[in-house]
Amino acid sequence: MTDLVAGSIDAKRVAVASQWQLMWWAFRRHHLAMLGLVVVVILYVIAAVPGFFAINDPSRQNARAAFHPPQQVHWIDTAEDGSWRFSPYLHPYRLVRNPQTLAAEYQEDRTRKVGLTLFGRGYTYSVLGLFETDIHLFASSDPRQPLYLLGADRLGRCVWSRIMQGAQISLSVGLVGVILSLSIGVVLGGVSGYYGGKADFVIQRVIEFILSLPTIPIWLALAAALPQDWPAVTQYFMITLILSLTGWAQLARVVRGRFLSLRTEEFVTAARLDGASEARIIFRHMLPSFMSHIIASITLAIPAMILAETSLSFLGLGLQPPTISWGVLLREAQNIRSIATAPWLFAPGVAVVVAVMALNFLGDGLRDAADPYNK
Amino acid sequence: MTDTVLEVRNLATQFATRTGLVRAVDGVSFSVQRGKTLCVVGESGSGKSVTARSILQIVDAPGRIVAGEMILHRPDGSTVDLAQLHPRSREIRAVRGREIAMIFQEPMSSLSPVHTVGEQIIEVLRLHLGMDKLAARKRTIELLNHVEIPRAETAIDRYTFEFSGGMRQRVMIAMALACNPSLLIADEPTTALDVTTQAEVLDLIKRLQAEHGMGVMFITHDMGVVAEIADDVLVMYHGKVAEQGPVDAIFHAPQDDYTRMLISSVVKLEQKADIRLARPPAPGAAQPLLEVRNLTMRFGPLTAVDDVSLIVRPGETLGIVGESGSGKTTMGRCLLRVYQPDAGAMAYRRADGSVVDLAEASGDSLKRLRREIRMIFQDPVGSLNPRMTVAQVIGEPLLVNGIAKGRDLDDRVAGLMRQVGLNPDWRERYPHAFSGGQRQRIGIARAISLNPRLIVADEATSALDVSLRAQMLDLMMQLQDELGLSYVFISHDIGVIRYMCDRVAVMYRGRVVETGSTDQVCDAPSHDYTKALLSAIPRPDPRHRRIHTRFRYAG
Repeated sequence: MTDLVAGSIDAKRVAVASQWQLMWWAFRRHHLAMLGLVVVVILYVIAAVPGFFAINDPSRQNARAAFHPPQQVHWIDTAEDGSWRFSPYLHPYRLVRNPQTLAAEYQEDRTRKVGLTLFGRGYTYSVLGLFETDIHLFASSDPRQPLYLLGADRLGRCVWSRIMQGAQISLSVGLVGVILSLSIGVVLGGVSGYYGGKADFVIQRVIEFILSLPTIPIWLALAAALPQDWPAVTQYFMITLILSLTGWAQLARVVRGRFLSLRTEEFVTAARLDGASEARIIFRHMLPSFMSHIIASITLAIPAMILAETSLSFLGLGLQPPTISWGVLLREAQNIRSIATAPWLFAPGVAVVVAVMALNFLGDGLRDAADPYNK
Repeated sequence: MTDTVLEVRNLATQFATRTGLVRAVDGVSFSVQRGKTLCVVGESGSGKSVTARSILQIVDAPGRIVAGEMILHRPDGSTVDLAQLHPRSREIRAVRGREIAMIFQEPMSSLSPVHTVGEQIIEVLRLHLGMDKLAARKRTIELLNHVEIPRAETAIDRYTFEFSGGMRQRVMIAMALACNPSLLIADEPTTALDVTTQAEVLDLIKRLQAEHGMGVMFITHDMGVVAEIADDVLVMYHGKVAEQGPVDAIFHAPQDDYTRMLISSVVKLEQKADIRLARPPAPGAAQPLLEVRNLTMRFGPLTAVDDVSLIVRPGETLGIVGESGSGKTTMGRCLLRVYQPDAGAMAYRRADGSVVDLAEASGDSLKRLRREIRMIFQDPVGSLNPRMTVAQVIGEPLLVNGIAKGRDLDDRVAGLMRQVGLNPDWRERYPHAFSGGQRQRIGIARAISLNPRLIVADEATSALDVSLRAQMLDLMMQLQDELGLSYVFISHDIGVIRYMCDRVAVMYRGRVVETGSTDQVCDAPSHDYTKALLSAIPRPDPRHRRIHTRFRYAG
């Protein structure tokens, strides 16, 4: 039981350890989940201030850099006299005409170096709408020489910077969507499970109806019904609303099940006999008992939302350019020709995979640690 | 041919957990003789089940046998060391079920629900003895007859859920005996059964043992059962053998301190508590505190409580005794209106002399009554919210009823903890830091926090190890003297009732069949069911075995 959780931790500290403390101790054991947690935290930091991690303005087009290939970073700068120092730099590329095919090709110019400066200055961006700055995690030492770490797309826009910017929308769609479905799910599931009877019957039939709807066609239909000329922010909220409209039913079922099983727990009966009010029984006794389960199930629901947004946008029915999300970015990789010439356009897909996997690992770990009392 | 079936020497089974090595079985040696019964006793966690499972190499992962020998003597004179066999080898599979059979505590989960009982027994016969289908079926019917299952010819094609608990255990036994094993390991086979059913199963095992001459290794925590059936006893404590010897020596001349404590705590529950003997005789004609009249409670077609009438006098303890399904718990919960009774009245006399009907109370008046009538729950784990500190659990009734808060609440909680024998410095700890006995003390502190007049205690000691029971009962009686409490004490354990209660009501199938003073009901029962119940209870004295000559009730 709890002695399993305790491990190397002093018995005195275990004795006064709250539910969350015990959960954390159990969670910390789960190495993959810890890794997931670290990745998720990094991703959400990026999502909060994408500008800081970007190098070039993600919307700036550059006709001279169309399909610019990813540049390799050199870490050690060797001087001609043989001495060396740590100073990351890149060789700029220039466009040359292939004498045989006459096609324009990028060629690394090994005679020149462009330095990579940490916390350098670049384009101006706003941090969460609070203030503006032009400091970036790294920037080119020469403002006239843009860097393309992950290459550029058809219009010469920096793929790296666009992935960073896309994280903001893609990751927050998951979070906001899940929070929306959670609030609907907890209220309806809670009413259904706690009061039972007629309310339960009606809510259960509604849930069954929603779950029986084929989700992708419904999403498509709803998304198609959205006027294309709506501003980006409205569009974004409509998409999350559509996603959470179908997502709440599963959560409502989980919550109802928890309420049903907790209603007969002896400590709940004891609280009732102690004279505790309905509200106190629900919020003080029952809710804390399954909060951890809820957190675990929403962590597992976020990846589904992210994937749903990506698919919708990929199909052209979700968010529309110039809004940047991972799904929108992947549209660039829709045709075979651009993939053949610029495989780096797949990079946003890697970002989706990393985010979804990290969230799944995290959710798995949370679920295993969720109930420290029934081992 | 020797008389020894199994010889275990220095057996050690360990569980490598993340927190370190758990030595579940630590150097245990014993032997089982042909035709004799070895009882292995010990409290929960003493390693008795793991010992049994080690013999058949069915220890759950990550458990591993790390040392020792387990020599099985075969009837043909050859021997085999079971410890050397691989857990998945052909050799050990040939031993399991054929030479050593095992029966478990919970027959429902040890039998498959998707096969008829016949199929399950036939499978054993075909696997081990290579019988053909027809012969196996014939033998199965024989076996079912042998374990006294009525109408074996039709019972063979039934599923497990169609049988009662006792019948299921008989099926398990039939399956275990299918290949005439030389050793039967029974792991708490009667713990989940009622006493009358337990007596029948014990009878059956004894009879079959005499007929087949097999050795029996019987694991139990019930010293009464040990006294009734054992030839030899092995007392285990923390994975080690505390003491072993003939049953009479263990009970009447125990050498080891732990054994002595175990025996004395069992014997203590055989008589009235000292506290009760020291009390002055109760004044006779006090007005009853609670008078239950014709209480009836139905769950659908089932009448759980059927026309029950009872009286509780101030300051007394009324015991409610009965087997599972007798409606005693439902009755207790009706008193607190956890359930709404369908009919009947419960007249409760308040301190000012006014009488209210508990069945009619609602809203605020019910809330007020629940301050005066409290409950102690059976399960010391489930009845405490694991997410609240002990101070919050004990202080909850005071807080929600607006009686105390802040500093005052803190002081009161500390006082309550002292009163039930807990250190008030522990009040910031969570329930998981306490043992079963301590948790039950927390439950008692919560019950007395509102200065109640009546406490309904539902099997308050049955989840505790026997050595803790008397302590808990003593605490409850001490509080009774201090606070002038009355108890309605629900239990299936007549020993606990005799120790604790002034009067007893015996319940059977929802009805009260007999009420009277504890002495009268225990020593001279008038109803046949009470007689049967009392005579089926094993007494912890091997010199007075009586279970095989008990009174049977065919109600």
